[in-house]
Amino acid sequence: MVYAFVLFLLASVLFAADALKHEAAELLQDSPEMIVQRLVAGRQEQIPTTYIASIKQIRGVQSVEPRLWGYYFDSYSGANYTLMVSTALMDHSGEIIIGPGVSRRSAAEGPVQVLGKKSIIPFKTSDGSVLPLQVRGLLPSATELVTADLILMSEADFRKIFALADNRATDLILKVRNTKELATIATKITERHPDTRPILREDILRTYAAIFDWRGGVVLMVLSGALLAFIILAWDKATGLSAEEKREIGILKAVGWETSDILLMKFWEGAVLSLTSFFIGVVIAYLHLFVGSAMLFEPVLKGWSVLHANFRLTPYITVYQLATLFFLTVLPYTVITIIPSWRSATIDPDSVMRV
Amino acid sequence: MMVQPGIMALLLGSGLTVSMLGYAAYQGVQILRYWDITSGSERQLALERRTYLVSTLMSYAMGFQVLSLFLFIYTADTLSPLFVGAMCAAGSLKVNGFGYPALLLNIVGCLLAGLWLIVNNTDNKAYNYPLIRIKYWFLLFIAPFFFAETILQGEYFLRLQPNIITSCCGVLFSIDAGNVVADLLSLPRTMAETVFFVSVPITLALGYSVYLRNKGAVLFSVAAFAQFLISLIALIVFISIYFYELPTHHCPFCLLHQEYGFVGYFLYGTILVSTISGMGTGLIQPFSTIASLCEVIPPVQKRLALISIVSLGMFILATGYGMLFSNLSMQAY
Amino acid sequence: MIRLENIRKVFNGGKPNEFVAIDGIDLSIKFHEVTALTGPSGSGKTTLLSILGCMSRPSSGRITLQDREMTSLPERFLTEIRRDTFGIIFQQFNLIKGLSPLENVMIPAYPTGEKFTVLSRRAMELLEMLGLAGKAHAKVEWLSGGEAQRTAIARALINNPDIIIADEPTAHLDTRLSREFMEIMRQLKKQGKTLVIASHDPMVSASDVVDRLVRVRDGKIVATEQGR
Repeated sequence: MVYAFVLFLLASVLFAADALKHEAAELLQDSPEMIVQRLVAGRQEQIPTTYIASIKQIRGVQSVEPRLWGYYFDSYSGANYTLMVSTALMDHSGEIIIGPGVSRRSAAEGPVQVLGKKSIIPFKTSDGSVLPLQVRGLLPSATELVTADLILMSEADFRKIFALADNRATDLILKVRNTKELATIATKITERHPDTRPILREDILRTYAAIFDWRGGVVLMVLSGALLAFIILAWDKATGLSAEEKREIGILKAVGWETSDILLMKFWEGAVLSLTSFFIGVVIAYLHLFVGSAMLFEPVLKGWSVLHANFRLTPYITVYQLATLFFLTVLPYTVITIIPSWRSATIDPDSVMRV
Repeated sequence: MMVQPGIMALLLGSGLTVSMLGYAAYQGVQILRYWDITSGSERQLALERRTYLVSTLMSYAMGFQVLSLFLFIYTADTLSPLFVGAMCAAGSLKVNGFGYPALLLNIVGCLLAGLWLIVNNTDNKAYNYPLIRIKYWFLLFIAPFFFAETILQGEYFLRLQPNIITSCCGVLFSIDAGNVVADLLSLPRTMAETVFFVSVPITLALGYSVYLRNKGAVLFSVAAFAQFLISLIALIVFISIYFYELPTHHCPFCLLHQEYGFVGYFLYGTILVSTISGMGTGLIQPFSTIASLCEVIPPVQKRLALISIVSLGMFILATGYGMLFSNLSMQAY
Repeated sequence: MIRLENIRKVFNGGKPNEFVAIDGIDLSIKFHEVTALTGPSGSGKTTLLSILGCMSRPSSGRITLQDREMTSLPERFLTEIRRDTFGIIFQQFNLIKGLSPLENVMIPAYPTGEKFTVLSRRAMELLEMLGLAGKAHAKVEWLSGGEAQRTAIARALINNPDIIIADEPTAHLDTRLSREFMEIMRQLKKQGKTLVIASHDPMVSASDVVDRLVRVRDGKIVATEQGR
C-alpha cells in the first residue's frame, strides 16, 4: 500500500545516505592525517620539495613525504582519471595499476570493454608524445568508492606525462606524533610558508558527512511532495467513513461502547497499520539498497561522471535512522487521523435508532 | 541551515505537536466559554464530545514530546562531528544560544504535559467534570511553553553553521568552564553525594506514606520535584563518571550512547516518570474536597505514588549498579 | 423505577428547521412491568425510547433511574450504567456483519474487561436458551430472519440487564415470528425483567403480555391504558 511505499522511498534515501557516509568515513581512516598544499591566487599549485626540510623541523612532526598526483583527461573515453604515484611501482616504470572504473575504459560511445592485466593504455604527454603503459594489476573492487578512476604509476612516468620538474610535488603528507597537536602544527606551517594550506583529515570527513547529509536532505525535500500526497490520501480515507462503518460504530455505541473504547479500537487499528507498513517499507528498502544496490537513487547520491562506480553498499542501519523515519512518516499519519477517528468515535449512540 | 533528515524529522515533529496543542487550546477556549454540564443543548453535547478530542491530542502531544526529547539529543549527537570541537551532543547544543534553552523547554514541556494528563484522568473519573475549567486554564498555560520550545528549536537549527567552533563536553562540564555546571562541579563531591543519598530515602519515605495512608501528598510532590533536580545534578557531578570510568567525564548526554548500553535512556526515563507521577499526587490534592472527587482522588494518588516510588527505585538500582560494578574507584580522590 | 419529568427534545434548536420531537412528557416506568409505547410514525416514540434507554440526552427535563439523576451524567458514566441496566433490541436487528452470532452476542460486554472464556460461555448459554446453539459460529449474514432476531435478543441479554428496550421488534417479521417474539418476551417477563416496547403493530400492543399501554402522538402522551 501507499503507506509502505512512502516508507520504502524515505527509508531508501536515509539508509543510502548514511551507508555512503559510513563507508566514506571508513575508507578515509587510512588517509593521511594532514595534507599540505600550496596555493597561488587561490588555486592549488605545485609545492617545492624544499619545504619538506623546514616542515620536518617542527616539533611533533614525525614524517613528511611528497605526494604526486593529478588529473588526466582521456579523450578516448571522455573520462578524467586520477593519476597517482605509488612507491609500489617505484621499480616498475612502464607499468600501472588501475582502478575498477578504469578497467571499464571504452570509447565514449562504444561498447564497454574490460581491461585486464597486460592491457595497454596510451597516455598523451605534455610535449605531445605518446607514452604507452601496461597494466600490471587491478585495484580491488571493494575500494571502488574512492579508487574507481585511479591509476597508480611510477614517479618517472608521472613526471614524464605532466612534465613535472624534479623539485616539485603536488602536495605533502604528514604524520604527527600526537593528533591533538595537529591544529598547532598546521598553524606553524602556515607561519613558515604563508603560501601553503594544511588540510586535516577531520576536515575532509566533516565535509563528506555534510555533503551526504545535505544530499540526503535534498532528496528528502523532493520526496516531501510524495509525503504530502500520502498524508492527504490518508486524510481522505480516514474522513470518508463508509456508511457500513458508520453503522457499525453506531451499533457499538448503542450496545454500550463508550467513545474512549472506540478511540482505543481506532488507535490499535492505526498502530497495527503503521507498524506493518513501517516494517514492510523498511525491509524492502533494505533489500533495494543492500541487495539491489540502490538502483533508483544512484545518480543523485553519487554525483555524476562518465565513470559510475559499480559497487555494493555495505549494510549500515542505525536506530537513529529508524527513529527519523518514524518521525517523518508514522507521526504525520497518526496526527492526520486523530480528528477523523474522533469524529467517528463520537457518533451518537441513538444514530442507529433514527433509521 | 543544515539540511539533514534528522533535523527535518524533528522540525516536522515539533510542528505537528505544536499544531495539535494549538488546536487543543482553541477547543479549550470554546469549552471555557460555553460549558454548562446541566444543559442538554446541542452545543453542550458537542463540547462534551470535544473533550475527548482534546484528551486524545494531549496524550499524543505528550508522547511526541518525550520521543522528540530523545531524538533532539540524538540528532545533536549525530551532528557533532560537523562542528569543530564537539564530540557529542553537549558541544552541538552549545553552537548557538538556542540549543540548551530549547532542550530545557522540551523537558519542561514533558513535565507539564504529563501533569495535565494526570489532572485530566482524575477529572474524567468524576461524574460531573468538576475540574473542567481548571483543566483548560492549565492547558492554556501550557500551550505557550510548547510554542516557545518549537520556536527555539527551529531557531537553533536554522542558525547552525558547521564551521563554528564549539566546546566538547569535556570542557563544558568541567570545573574551569565558568558556567552553572562548573559551579556545581566545584562543590566537594562528598557533599553532592550526601545530598543525593539523603534525599532518596526521604522521597521514598514520603511516597510510601502517601501510598499507605494517603498522607503528605503535597509534601511528596515537592520532594519529587526536588528529587528530580538533585538526581540530574547527581548524574552530572558523580554518577556519570562511574559509567564512563573516567573521573573527569561528566557529560549527561554521552550516557545515551551505544557504548554505555544506552543506559541513559533508562535513567532519564525512570526519573521522568518518577517525577511526573510524584508531582501529580500533590497537584490533585487540593481538589479532594470536591464532592464528586473525594472518593476518586485517594486511589489515584496511591497509584501515582506507587508508580513514582517504583520508578525511583529502578533509577537507584541502575545508578547503584553502575557505581558498584564500575572499574573506577574514587577512593584515591 | 425510571422516571421522566417534563422531558423536551428539540432538534436543530434555534435554526429555521427546528423540530420538537418530544414536547413535555412525564412518564414513569415501573420495574417488572411490560410497557408498550404505541403511536403513528413521527409521533416521537423512537426518540422517547432512546431517551428512556439513556442513549440521548433531553434538551430539558429530568431523568431519574432508581433515584439517581441521569440527565447531566457525562457520557462515560451514562454508558456504563446503560450497559449494565439496559439491553436494546433494534428494529433492524443491527448485527455486525462478518462476525459470528457468538461474537455479536459478546460485543456489548467487551468494555467491561471480563475474561474472554467466562464471557463466551455465558454467550453460548444464552444462544442455547434461544435455540441457536448450532448456528453459534456461522456467519451472521446467513441467518434467517427469526434466527437473526433471536441473536439480537441474546445480545441484549448478555450483560444481564434489568430492563429490555425493543424498538419496533416485529416490523420485519411475519405473524408466526411475531408470535414467537412475544412468547420470548413472556419468558423474560417471568424472569422478572422490565420491558419497554415501542410498536405500532397490534400484535404487540394488544398482546396480553403487555401490562400498560402508552399512546404517543405529536410528541405528547395522549392516553395510558393500564392492566389486562
